[in-house]
Amino acid sequence: MNKLFSPAKTEILFMGNEAIARGALEAGVSVATGYPGTPSSEVIESLSEVARERNLYVEWSTNEKVALEVAAAASFAGLRSMCVMKQNGVNVASDFLLHLASSGTRGGIVLVTCEDPGALSSVNEGESRYFARMLEIPLLEPANIQEAKDLTKWAFELSEKIRNIVILRSVTRMSHASGNVICGKLPEKFRTARFISDGSFMDPMKGPVVSTPVVIKHSLQQKKMQKAAELFEKSPFNSYSGSRRPELLIITSSACFLYSREAINMLGLQRRVGILKLSCTWPLPAKLLNKYLRLTDKIMIVEEVLPFLEENIKVAAMGMLKDTGIKTFYGKMDKTLPSVGELNPDLVAAALSKVIKVKAKSLPASYVREIQKVATLIPPREQTFCPGCPHRASFWNINTALKLDGREGIVCGDIGCYAMASLWPAIGFHTVRTLHSMGSGTGLASGFAKLEDFGLNKPVMAVCGDSTFYHAVVPALINAQHNKADITFIVMDNAGTAMTGFQPHPGLNLSAMGEAVPAVDIAKICEAMGAKVAISDPFDLEETSKILTSFMAERGSLKVLIMRQICALSPEKKGKKKYQMKVNEELCLGEKCGCNRLCTRIFRCPALTWDRTKKKALIDEVICAGCGVCYSICPQKAIMKTEAEG
Amino acid sequence: MKVSLAKDPMNVIITGVGGQGNVMASRVLAGMLVNVGYIVTIGETFGMSQRGGSVMSHLRISSTSVLSPQIPQGRADIIIALEPVEALRVLIKYGNPAVAVLANSRMVYPMGVITGDFTYPSLDEIKSAFEKLTAHNWLIDATSVAVDLGNPVLSNIVMIGALAKTALLPIDRRSFKKEIMRNLSSDKRQISLTAFDVGTKML
Repeated sequence: MNKLFSPAKTEILFMGNEAIARGALEAGVSVATGYPGTPSSEVIESLSEVARERNLYVEWSTNEKVALEVAAAASFAGLRSMCVMKQNGVNVASDFLLHLASSGTRGGIVLVTCEDPGALSSVNEGESRYFARMLEIPLLEPANIQEAKDLTKWAFELSEKIRNIVILRSVTRMSHASGNVICGKLPEKFRTARFISDGSFMDPMKGPVVSTPVVIKHSLQQKKMQKAAELFEKSPFNSYSGSRRPELLIITSSACFLYSREAINMLGLQRRVGILKLSCTWPLPAKLLNKYLRLTDKIMIVEEVLPFLEENIKVAAMGMLKDTGIKTFYGKMDKTLPSVGELNPDLVAAALSKVIKVKAKSLPASYVREIQKVATLIPPREQTFCPGCPHRASFWNINTALKLDGREGIVCGDIGCYAMASLWPAIGFHTVRTLHSMGSGTGLASGFAKLEDFGLNKPVMAVCGDSTFYHAVVPALINAQHNKADITFIVMDNAGTAMTGFQPHPGLNLSAMGEAVPAVDIAKICEAMGAKVAISDPFDLEETSKILTSFMAERGSLKVLIMRQICALSPEKKGKKKYQMKVNEELCLGEKCGCNRLCTRIFRCPALTWDRTKKKALIDEVICAGCGVCYSICPQKAIMKTEAEG
Repeated sequence: MKVSLAKDPMNVIITGVGGQGNVMASRVLAGMLVNVGYIVTIGETFGMSQRGGSVMSHLRISSTSVLSPQIPQGRADIIIALEPVEALRVLIKYGNPAVAVLANSRMVYPMGVITGDFTYPSLDEIKSAFEKLTAHNWLIDATSVAVDLGNPVLSNIVMIGALAKTALLPIDRRSFKKEIMRNLSSDKRQISLTAFDVGTKML
């Protein structure tokens, strides 16, 4: 039995994202959509596994804006729906979100955003709480795994009470944390869809769903926010723990609540520091704040990443001075807490020690000295492309073509594992020189190609992954073609949204629910735009290099090369070696070769190591994926490949 | 039946290199403990962070409360390392004089070591660091026995078997079997049980 079906009252270990999925099921969600992105992907993934049994439609949409539109349609038809994305997905969806929040919604609809303070698996640590304020949408932030489930369920009820979308914000340390959850009841009845739109223009349940007349709808939206604030005042999801007269009051939300509680316990400050945990964080419940701000004059606000609560609580406190008196605030704005990166119990404890003047128990000095000695023994372990990763071969090809071309061409990068080609030390041979949002590499390349008249005369390339192509590259590529931008555009097609766990995308003939669907072909789209298109296998170094070199020599138009090879971690490939690799020690000349250890210094595959005693290359058979590419790079032909058995 | 913990909470860190089955090990271990009534909080990250890099799962095991998904520095009680240098990396941040370390001796060289920019410590240096920084430590070649069983990734289960033998946590063969019956597909159960048994015999 799938654990999302666990009967009511069962206590079970759920990942935060599974708890969110279970909460949605308990709320009777009918439609769930999203675009994969760490740390959000498991919400939709786990719902897709139970979709049939729970009469649920689940979709991986092309991008977050489309995902929100698909989910909103279900809400307009009276169903409950959910749309899930990572933090920067909210930026993508925000244009529609602005209009949706002003038109209002019908069936309960929740936008779940799972954010990544510290950018553990992102190229930004942006946050979307400010969207809630800017677009006037209620915001909820669960503070433990049980609450992730319970608050998700309540978010649907709130959305239906105010007839507007609600944002539920999680973070990596909540979404990817796991904990005990006591399950609630799963509904037995399912709703049917009905879209009524022939009523009066002003009827929110029967009229057309539009954001006009704007000023009147805007005023209605603000009334909804007032209603949400009233509900937040009484919500059991906001709670205080601590003494009646604490010296310091911590106001916190999300994972920072757990860090704060741990820091208080570590320092033995249970009687001296109180915690007001807010899980309803916009609009702020003013009466509740008024009550707790009176407890003490010192307030510390603990949150990730930007000082969202801090700013808003300070503004609210200004209006309550008569009741609460003057406060001293500690937080990010006065640098009591770091203003960037993620927090943890140690950082909160350090901040507490500054404000309260206590010291944490430290390790014995002799132990610390031993630690310092041992630390010098530990080599760093950087991220690399996996053994057998097609991207290593693709960038080898690109780098070779750039070197042969000799004009120091520019490569614009994009979002996926291949973004690591922009990292130092070299992964992907330092090929990628720009890295921004999804699809931006192609837009930037289109721009670089137009700088020739200003003196920038270099070949321009852009790389993107297959899922990224559909998400946001298509408009930039059309732009390049229409404006005659001379670029070589490369799709690293590894047959899935690999970085986030092989979710299907429009290029595959399989949907999130496992149904056969038509695949939308990248090559045909590019041909229809008028681009010259070629397809190659990046493991075939000779052929791929030839195409790239000829594309770079051809001036004045858009060229597209699709490098097609399945990800080494994909379920079809994982654990299956195509080739058995072996270094012929007689052929390998080691350090005397003159190649300057091309295989182990430059190619950089974790499975291709260096035998320090023999001073020759060595295959680590436990790690080797058997892709066979290193066979092609050895100038001595000392790396042998034979077809693997079975 | 729930027995009381040697300490509450027990802070366990499982570490290794991306692809070694760290997450699976943390789930199985946590599941075994939740099944007998403990409150477990796991903190971990996946995604790009696991591509060839160091990975870590933090487990907080308690009879009473939900804890932070990140263990404070210097406060690990048990470190289980699927790779020896990763044991050291965790030890210098989360170790304390009372910590116990169970480590797999099979090395996975970081890229910087393969290129020759860094050196990897010898097993003797690693053992001597364990002696100085831990109250108890065990170094076993879990990967070799896993390879003999047919798949190097089984080393994570071998390590859980060995952990059961240390008796540091209230886990045993029965609770392992119950957990894999619930969460592993039937084709993987027998081999996992064998890997667990082999692990218990390695200490």
